[in-house]
Amino acid sequence: MAGQVTQNMSLRQKLRRAERRKKIGAIGLITPLFLVMLIFYFIPIGIMLYRSVDNSEMSEILPHTAKAIQSWSGKGLPDESVYAAIVADMKKAYPDRTLARVGRRLNFDKVGFYSLLLKSGRKVAKLQGPPYKDALIKIDKKWGDHTYWTVLKRGLQNTTWLYLLASLDLRYDDNNRIVKVPDEQAIYLAILGRTIYISASVTILCLLIGFPIAYFMATTSTRTRNILMILLLLVFWTSLLVRTLSWIVVLQNKGVVNSILMSLGLISKPLELVFNRIGVYIAMTHVLLPFMVLPLYSVMRGVPPSYVRAARSLGATPIVAFFKVYVPQTRAGIGAGSLMVFIQALGYYITPALVGGPKDQMLSYFVAFFVNERVNWSMASALGVLLLVLTGSFYLLFGRRVNVANIKLG
Amino acid sequence: MKKLFTLLSLATILALFALPGAMPSAAARDLTIVGWGGTTQAAHKIAYFDPFTKETGIKIVEDEWNGEMAKIRAMVETGNVTWDVVQVEAPEAYQGCDEGLFEQLDWSKITDKNNLVKGAAFDCGAGVLIWSTVFAYDADKIKDGPKNWADFWNVKKWPGKRGMRRGAKMTLEIALLADGVPRNEVYKVLSTKEGVDRAFKKLTELKPNILWWKAGAEPQQRLAAGDVAMSMAYNAWIYRVNQEEKRNFKIVWDGNLYSMDYWTIVKGSPNVEKALKFISFSMRPDRQAVFFNKIAYGWTAKGTGKHISPKMLPNLPTAEGHLDNALLTNVEFWQENGESLEQRFQAWVAK
Repeated sequence: MAGQVTQNMSLRQKLRRAERRKKIGAIGLITPLFLVMLIFYFIPIGIMLYRSVDNSEMSEILPHTAKAIQSWSGKGLPDESVYAAIVADMKKAYPDRTLARVGRRLNFDKVGFYSLLLKSGRKVAKLQGPPYKDALIKIDKKWGDHTYWTVLKRGLQNTTWLYLLASLDLRYDDNNRIVKVPDEQAIYLAILGRTIYISASVTILCLLIGFPIAYFMATTSTRTRNILMILLLLVFWTSLLVRTLSWIVVLQNKGVVNSILMSLGLISKPLELVFNRIGVYIAMTHVLLPFMVLPLYSVMRGVPPSYVRAARSLGATPIVAFFKVYVPQTRAGIGAGSLMVFIQALGYYITPALVGGPKDQMLSYFVAFFVNERVNWSMASALGVLLLVLTGSFYLLFGRRVNVANIKLG
Repeated sequence: MKKLFTLLSLATILALFALPGAMPSAAARDLTIVGWGGTTQAAHKIAYFDPFTKETGIKIVEDEWNGEMAKIRAMVETGNVTWDVVQVEAPEAYQGCDEGLFEQLDWSKITDKNNLVKGAAFDCGAGVLIWSTVFAYDADKIKDGPKNWADFWNVKKWPGKRGMRRGAKMTLEIALLADGVPRNEVYKVLSTKEGVDRAFKKLTELKPNILWWKAGAEPQQRLAAGDVAMSMAYNAWIYRVNQEEKRNFKIVWDGNLYSMDYWTIVKGSPNVEKALKFISFSMRPDRQAVFFNKIAYGWTAKGTGKHISPKMLPNLPTAEGHLDNALLTNVEFWQENGESLEQRFQAWVAK
């Protein structure tokens, strides 16, 4: 009896060991994938989320002020200890060349801070002993204005909502309340609306053009289908940049389209087809069309032709049979294709930048604008968060209905 | 937590910017000089790069950029500095200096500051050239041409589109000049909310007729194609098109906006000594003479003028009379107000 029990135990152990080995093997197999996801996906997104609210640099550069200003109630002017703290911080930060960074960030909240800090930084080295309050106000009377101190106190916290608020056209007023920015400064909500509008229009255009193509491919002979498939996939093998720039050549004032139309006498003045919304629609629809056609095609191939035939034999006209019997069966493909085109279109940057005018730029343009031209990564991150939330919510909203897991490409 | 994030940020930045450059080890590389490309850089090569290597034996590697300060910031923050000398526009040069992105120059190793024109020497930069933003029109098409920015706005007398740079900087100054603000008061007016409103109001007047451009190569193409009747442009580009393509574009110098580009040394460069030697070399009038006989920008070394051919001389921003009614772009103003005015401009232009 006892012997059997030990045997059982060892068998169970062996089984467990074997299973563990298998598990390690399985984990080993997915580790590279996991690492790739981590390095190229989750970490960058995490950094972006973090950057949009991170403000810890400020209290590192002005440590004394950050501590001293906590005691200030926010009413009237802070007392001497706060002035002494900022003088001490500036004395160190100005020669270190870190003061300008603080100035840039605070200037984003209130214009005038950059020059205030640099000007004061230059002069504080010569200040003789306390008291500093009057001395600073003598250097610049802005130090005697409590609104600047309100901005400074807000700016020295380790996290800031400033950039996320700005991405929604909101800001803090002098009393620390959140208000709308003045109309002439408001921009991002309008851009957000435009981004959705352009993406939706492109999706509809892709559907209108892609549906007949997919239908033809699904119903024609294998030979024609293969040729069409190659033509469709050819788009993927050409660089996005080349495809976009070709559209400029084709559509510009002295381009192919206008030349032909003019020589045929159909128009007397060249049509404005590029560097405006029309150009953006044409180029984006072209680039994104395969993402509509492929899922549609894969669904259509599975639709048995007998249903339409049955409908026809029961007396439905071709149009009725098509819309009442055929189209509903391709709904999964329509949903999948539309979702894929729409979500990709939301993040488009290079195509609108090249073939669009100033009124056709989408959110990504402004992300690039802040990264490259203004070197304001916090604002770029905040706009990135906005885009991520937008894309994510559309995915959650429609993704389940479309049953994304079943999307097939071809 | 903060450390971890910094580390991760740096790793990502490295991956984004440094890896494509195949990461040569920073210490043992040749002096790398970065300009804006095109014919200007080709002229740099003839006037400065090649003769410098010949004279000193120091090899030079060239690179190009488009003013993306993000790249320099990434280099300095990661310590992987792959550029040494970079040609930078004035606002970025000053701001980068304030933020410690550029080395402080040891002027005793370059030249006496008095040998250079006003504004060409500051803590972090040595003036490369002076460039002017002007407007130009095709004199073959327009006979009785416009004379100033107010004429630029006059679409009744001179119908046709107007080319302007898509950005607040310079555009707002021009709007005020066109509105009759004297040039020495432009920045004073622009410092007030009413002044900014006034500039945008003036721009709105012309807006339906404006065709926006971004790259400096565009205005000449648009003028040549007849897309615009007149266009804001950089003076040297217009000169070059006139020379090379036998165009008859006429530059209106009245109310031109001028500014300077600077040689800077990226903070942490392993080649500071060589870089200083190069900058010193490029501040010599005999070297600058070679450059400015090819490229129609203004020189920075005093005494260069007498080496410039009489045929070339009238095309430079620093020629007789061209600076009389010109406006120097105010670096401090744009440092302070750049962010909010550019945003307001973006909002305005998108409406």
